[in-house]
Amino acid sequence: MPQNETVQDLQLDEYKYGFVDEEQHVFRTQPGLSEEVVRQISANKDEPAWMLDFRLKALEVYESKPMPTWGGDLSTLQETLDEIYFYVRPQDKMERSWDDVPANIKETFEKLGIPEAEQKVLAGVGAQYESEMVYHSLKQEWEDKGVIFDSIEDGLKNHPELFRKYFGTVIPTADNKFSAMNSAVWSGGSFVYIPPGVELETPLQAYFRVNQERMGQFERTLIIAGEGSRAHYIEGCTAPVYSTESFHSGVIEIVVEKGAHFRYTTIQNWSNNMYNLVTQRALVHEGATMEWLDGNLGSKLTMKYPSCYLIGEGAHGNILSIAYAGDGQHQDTGGKIIHAAPNTTSSIVSKSISKGTGRSSYRGLLQVHDGARNAKSNVECDALLIDENAKTDTYPYIEIDEKTAHIGHEATVSKVGDEQLFYLMSRGMSEEEAMALIVRGFIEPIAKLLPLEYAVELNRLIELEMEGSVG
Amino acid sequence: MSAPILKIENLQAKVADEDLQILRGVDLELNAGEIHAIMGPNGSGKSTLAKVLAGHPGYEVTGGTATFEGEDILEAEPDERSQAGIFLAFQYPVDIPGVSIANFLRTALQAHAGDEELDLFEFQDLLMEKMDLLDMDPSFAERPVNDGFSGGEKKRNEILQMACLQPKLALMDETDSGLDIDALQIVANGVNKLREDNPEMTVLLITHYQRLLNYIEPDFVHVIVQGRIVESGGPELALRLEDEGYATWQSEVTEEVG
Repeated sequence: MPQNETVQDLQLDEYKYGFVDEEQHVFRTQPGLSEEVVRQISANKDEPAWMLDFRLKALEVYESKPMPTWGGDLSTLQETLDEIYFYVRPQDKMERSWDDVPANIKETFEKLGIPEAEQKVLAGVGAQYESEMVYHSLKQEWEDKGVIFDSIEDGLKNHPELFRKYFGTVIPTADNKFSAMNSAVWSGGSFVYIPPGVELETPLQAYFRVNQERMGQFERTLIIAGEGSRAHYIEGCTAPVYSTESFHSGVIEIVVEKGAHFRYTTIQNWSNNMYNLVTQRALVHEGATMEWLDGNLGSKLTMKYPSCYLIGEGAHGNILSIAYAGDGQHQDTGGKIIHAAPNTTSSIVSKSISKGTGRSSYRGLLQVHDGARNAKSNVECDALLIDENAKTDTYPYIEIDEKTAHIGHEATVSKVGDEQLFYLMSRGMSEEEAMALIVRGFIEPIAKLLPLEYAVELNRLIELEMEGSVG
Repeated sequence: MSAPILKIENLQAKVADEDLQILRGVDLELNAGEIHAIMGPNGSGKSTLAKVLAGHPGYEVTGGTATFEGEDILEAEPDERSQAGIFLAFQYPVDIPGVSIANFLRTALQAHAGDEELDLFEFQDLLMEKMDLLDMDPSFAERPVNDGFSGGEKKRNEILQMACLQPKLALMDETDSGLDIDALQIVANGVNKLREDNPEMTVLLITHYQRLLNYIEPDFVHVIVQGRIVESGGPELALRLEDEGYATWQSEVTEEVG
């Protein structure tokens, strides 16, 4: 049986790598969060003193802040937090066997047509990926241009000055309870630096770093797009991220220097026991453009509001988000734009789909500071309800301190109607096919901006989600 | 003479969630390749008949039978009826934002093909051939289904779908409504071309006005009043209706009911 072979292979690999010492091999902190846990993480990563200091201060801030009472239901989160391991050394995660991966996850991989090698990586059981050759040639190209694309840990080790100059400057520790938590226990994520004037044709994909520390539970990513540079970063992929963990809290900081153009794309599909609480923000300087393309599927509760702080004249921020809330899921997502300089422009387009007992909330903040003359912003949020029990709500907060601002806000809620379904079915499509086609059409304005393979996967994934959704 | 392709006996139907009977015993037989027109005043049940035959969930069959090629169709889902070869051209076609006509048709044809993978090149050829037949610009297929379409464009889109799905039985529900004379001619020409292409296609035209029948000549005309077919005849019946209206039958039915 191929699956047994896989297990054996893995065991052999581990042996080859010399992981014979059980103690070392399964290093993880004790459950829950404490000063000792934070010290252990820092020591394990062999960090400089300033980072330990940073983490410990963050822990204090975390403990001093109350659990948020807005957004999703976090009333039982503390119990989860008392039980989880805040740090498991990444290579130890690989020891999970393919046999342990639940059948439904494997089935989804199959249906998505993901190659087996990649399936194992996604399920956290494999360490190598066949595209390594591709990665190496790209890596050479990036290095030649002076681009740094590393794990966050290597960023800190190898580029300490650059790292320290920007780390924690976009999202201060005290920004919110979960940014404070991440600051205390972060592990994994990317460090990216694009030198001034460098334009990258091929997107930087975290995917290519799979055999290093990839997406941790507390991933921390820091990206600096130098003056006049142009790049696209893609995190995650549409395949379900199989994790036995039930909590994910990331912090993504991006600095877009003068005249640069940066796009950050992430499509994530969490297992449905997951709390996914992420803070992601970009500082956008003069004449620069930041685009967030954010897709959220799965999880129990996602609270995520990508933001752009438009701090230089003529800066532009663009947020596109898709959320899909299935049975029992709550997607509390949206975006946040701060116009803090004159002639800044922004747009938010948010599309949500709620199915079964799922709930999608759009939560957006649009702020125009006094003196940010001629700011222009347009917000559009569209919700699609698949059936009777599905819910959607909208919380648009708009604070304008500047008379010259032009603000547009539009919200629509539509329901997949009987007439629409009948129309498609009368052309031969099953009810499921009809639903999936309607949903695909609904997200098309955003899906068309995705790289082709992501758009295809996203569409297939939605079809899978729709399967069995109708009785 | 072979068996009729569509045979309706004593068909009765009501609005699904209401106590509102609409069809009160319709009898009708269509042989393959024939064109039948059903005419009737507002509220007579003519559109309901088309929708019930296509399986619209808004109606509930309360009695009678309908067989298509000898098989009972009343229990079948709308998609099964479509796959069996029944096509309903909608009176009010529905918008599907973000879905191009080409994508929509590809999905529909894939559904008809079942487990067999639709050949994309063959599909493209078919689509181009049918658009050419109907004098349509290829760019039309890239537009989202009915989204922002004029009345005429919506109806032409219905004809294009009909052309691509190549049904055995086309139910055309007031395809002429809301069309000016130019649009009406274009749509009627389209139907005639499809008929030339496929003389075996059976057509049931539902219409309020005689004028459509100037362009698509029916073999038979039926008058429906208060949920029953009250008279059947040749094309001359339509002309009589044009002159006399429905008053004669309406009073007869009223007397009968009273």
